[in-house]
Amino acid sequence: MNQIEPLIFDKTSPGRRCFVFPACDVPVKPITELLARDMLRKKEIKLPEVSEIDVVRHFTRLSQMNYCVDTNFYPLGSCTMKYNPKTNEEAARLEGFTKLHPYQSVEQCQGILKLLYDLEQMLKDISGMSAFTLQPAAGAHGELTGMLIIRAYLEKKGEKRRKIIIPDSAHGTNPASAVLCGYEIESIRSHANGLVDIKKLKEIFTRDTAAIMITNPNTLGLFEKDILEIGKIAHTMGGLVYCDGANMNALLGIARPGDMGVDILHLNLHKTFSTPHGGGGPGAGPIGVTDELASFLPVPGIKAVDKLITESIGNDVQKEYILHYDYPDSIGKIRAFYGHIGMMIRAYTYLLSLGKEGVCKVGKYAVLNANYLRHKLEKQYDIPYGKTCMHEFVISATRQKKKGISALDIAKKLLDYGFHAPTIYFPLIVEEAIMIEPTETESRETLDAFAAVMIQIASDIEQQPDRVRNSPKTTPISRPDEVKAAREPILRWDKK
Amino acid sequence: MDYIPNTEHDRKMMLGEMKVPSFESLLKDIPAPLRNFSLSLRQGLSEPEVLRVLRDLSGGNISTDAYISFLGAGAYEHYIPSVVDHLASRSEFYTCYTPYQPEVSQGTLQAIYEFQTVMCELTGMDVSNASLYDGSTALAEAALLSLRLHEKNKIICSRAIHPEYRQVLKTYLKGLHTEIVEIDTPEGITDTDQLKKMVDDKTSAVLIQSPNFFGCIEDMEIISTIAHKQGALFIACVNPISLGVLKSPGEYDADIAVGEAQVLGNYINYGGPYLGFFTVKKEFLRRMPGRIVGQTVDSEGRRCFVLTLQAREQHIRRQKATSNICTNQGLLALRACIYVCTLGKAGMAELANLNIQKSHYAYERLCALNTVKPVFKNPFFHEFVLKAQGTIPVNKINEYLLKKGIIGGLELSGFYPELDNCMLLCVTETKTRESIDRLILELSQI
Repeated sequence: MNQIEPLIFDKTSPGRRCFVFPACDVPVKPITELLARDMLRKKEIKLPEVSEIDVVRHFTRLSQMNYCVDTNFYPLGSCTMKYNPKTNEEAARLEGFTKLHPYQSVEQCQGILKLLYDLEQMLKDISGMSAFTLQPAAGAHGELTGMLIIRAYLEKKGEKRRKIIIPDSAHGTNPASAVLCGYEIESIRSHANGLVDIKKLKEIFTRDTAAIMITNPNTLGLFEKDILEIGKIAHTMGGLVYCDGANMNALLGIARPGDMGVDILHLNLHKTFSTPHGGGGPGAGPIGVTDELASFLPVPGIKAVDKLITESIGNDVQKEYILHYDYPDSIGKIRAFYGHIGMMIRAYTYLLSLGKEGVCKVGKYAVLNANYLRHKLEKQYDIPYGKTCMHEFVISATRQKKKGISALDIAKKLLDYGFHAPTIYFPLIVEEAIMIEPTETESRETLDAFAAVMIQIASDIEQQPDRVRNSPKTTPISRPDEVKAAREPILRWDKK
Repeated sequence: MDYIPNTEHDRKMMLGEMKVPSFESLLKDIPAPLRNFSLSLRQGLSEPEVLRVLRDLSGGNISTDAYISFLGAGAYEHYIPSVVDHLASRSEFYTCYTPYQPEVSQGTLQAIYEFQTVMCELTGMDVSNASLYDGSTALAEAALLSLRLHEKNKIICSRAIHPEYRQVLKTYLKGLHTEIVEIDTPEGITDTDQLKKMVDDKTSAVLIQSPNFFGCIEDMEIISTIAHKQGALFIACVNPISLGVLKSPGEYDADIAVGEAQVLGNYINYGGPYLGFFTVKKEFLRRMPGRIVGQTVDSEGRRCFVLTLQAREQHIRRQKATSNICTNQGLLALRACIYVCTLGKAGMAELANLNIQKSHYAYERLCALNTVKPVFKNPFFHEFVLKAQGTIPVNKINEYLLKKGIIGGLELSGFYPELDNCMLLCVTETKTRESIDRLILELSQI
């Protein structure tokens, strides 16, 4: 389907309807009798006038222009594009969840509150953290929440520290989130081995440093083996350790950030816990903290309390789940209501399905798949850091670049072979970076097929580089002119 | 069930091919003490078992479909046409990533572009982004935009803005040396005299919600003039459904219009996920937070769409970005877009009108009762505040109503201590005359 789909606005035909409301069953009054004339809208709203079949075909055709996990392999590094189980979707779409209002009394919401409470317990268990809030809307929102907690904690101790240390291999959200909380960023250059330079860290972590934000495994797919030492350095100086849990999939059942000296951790339910990415959201970025920081969490929290039930056959004690506001040092509210409930239901369903053995297999098979793929590609491509990896690895296409083919060209060529492109040009410390994360939900055969294509591309670059240029050619569109898009922004349809 | 296709056999073959003696040798960088723990998770379950648990949990809640609910207060029940669920359930939409590879993401990109157009049309503003987390964070981001714009450090907001939105605003602005001033709302709308006194040349922005938390419609034109006279931005927080009938932010010269777009085709879902919309005048385009989709051409000159103006964003600018936002609420924006296209031009106007007609029918009849009394006299959209007249407190009234299959209004004293024994009731198009009459009957008997 390589045809351009017209905009729905251009399909308008006056008078066409796709949906009708029931006739108004209360006596209708002229609107001007109910509202002042100057409150009313005068400007026309130019919305589509289309029939149901127009809407259905339009959006179905749009969907067909998308690549997705359900089509094929998505080797996007740092994004953990694992399979999104259908059971999760079915669970999240149950009416007792979707049609529940956030201000219904807790007695009316015991099912969902129990689910949220249990999910917090499971995440505590898996991560080794002492307390959780499920509220942050995304990883970046979790980071912001974490930074706010750090500041509140230090302020309570009467300290006004100004700096956050962030490795140069970190995700861009890390510095952006810290700045949002009024912090200055001190970037620390990675050691030649790709890890945090411990010697350097000791020098720069002062009493003016609030925390270090660290990703473990880092974005090169390497485990920060000195993590315990990093924690010691931070804590000795009275600072904290924030861990970006974007790469938690590598550690599932293998190690726990809570045992590593991490004070605050965010998890990405849309990565590690299989909730779908939805074309860019909604995600969910719960954060876990140590005991010492629990009182700073955003409100409300969820609690289980004993409730005495009096029955004819005698008394019984049952658990009742409530929303509570008794976090004395709380940073406040970070969003309206309680978070992305739909994502939490999916993550909970996933964890029930996996259970203990399943969770312990995730990390192992994610690491196995990444190493297998790494091994398959290490002859044709330069892999500048590490000899093995955790859940992902980063190729540098410098060898290919010398032949005039960039990481971008390779990524685009993959699209022609029916694979999604890996993450490219990130982390920033690797030249011509191609970052590959296969996840545990891919089979050996899929990895073999992908590796074969990568090897074919590498060999084409050596022998006939022209075959690799100017891709993709088989996708609905070819490469877009991004410069034009930014220079002459057209950001909405307008009537011609 | 673990969704892992590779078997023990595959594992051995893979390790063999890699010439790795054991899987453990791949983990040698992890210090031994960190490997010493055991999980207390229970055993995994099969699909039928899992779904039984989930159905039980779902059944442990009272669905607003099984009862008649009059709750609103920032999360609104509206009928969602079947096509919305069907189309948004296509896994090409829900299992794809952020559209970083435009060649294989035109579906998502075009849908967002259409969403942006829909939001611009409804609000009457020039530009929309691809959506933010929710209405509350969209409002906070709007305040942050104003603070980035000039050296002023005072934010003025009405007390009739959703209390949770104001709490979020406080959280976001803490530590940025900003003063937040709240304006009273004695008659259920913002006191414009007090506002006039408080707005000065230090004021970065004036934030007003309309219809506000009490359902009342604010005098946005006058407030806009007051804000602009002192060089402050005017930030409007609006309900997109109301814009089918009510004056749009563009018409009263708002600089930024934000709000909660859950109402457009998304379920109330116990509070999330929702989506905040964020629209601005053209001049603020390059200062907007969040993702934006733009139209361009491909190498063969065909019209296509890409994420654009990314120089504002964290993955390029890191600490110098306009915000730390990394994603939009893609799937929910898609639903909002499908919903508005399904209702169409006529449908959106009819919907707003239906909400006004039904809520006013309920209001007039409830006001005629001896047991409750209206609190504010100002015009409203689809929500209003009533005060219980008897000795029975609102929570007891709500317990009584629940026994009759009705979920009553929100008790307000938690958010507004001065409004004791008051409830905020919402009547959308989903309520039939019969269900409204049932509420009236029950409330007449308390």
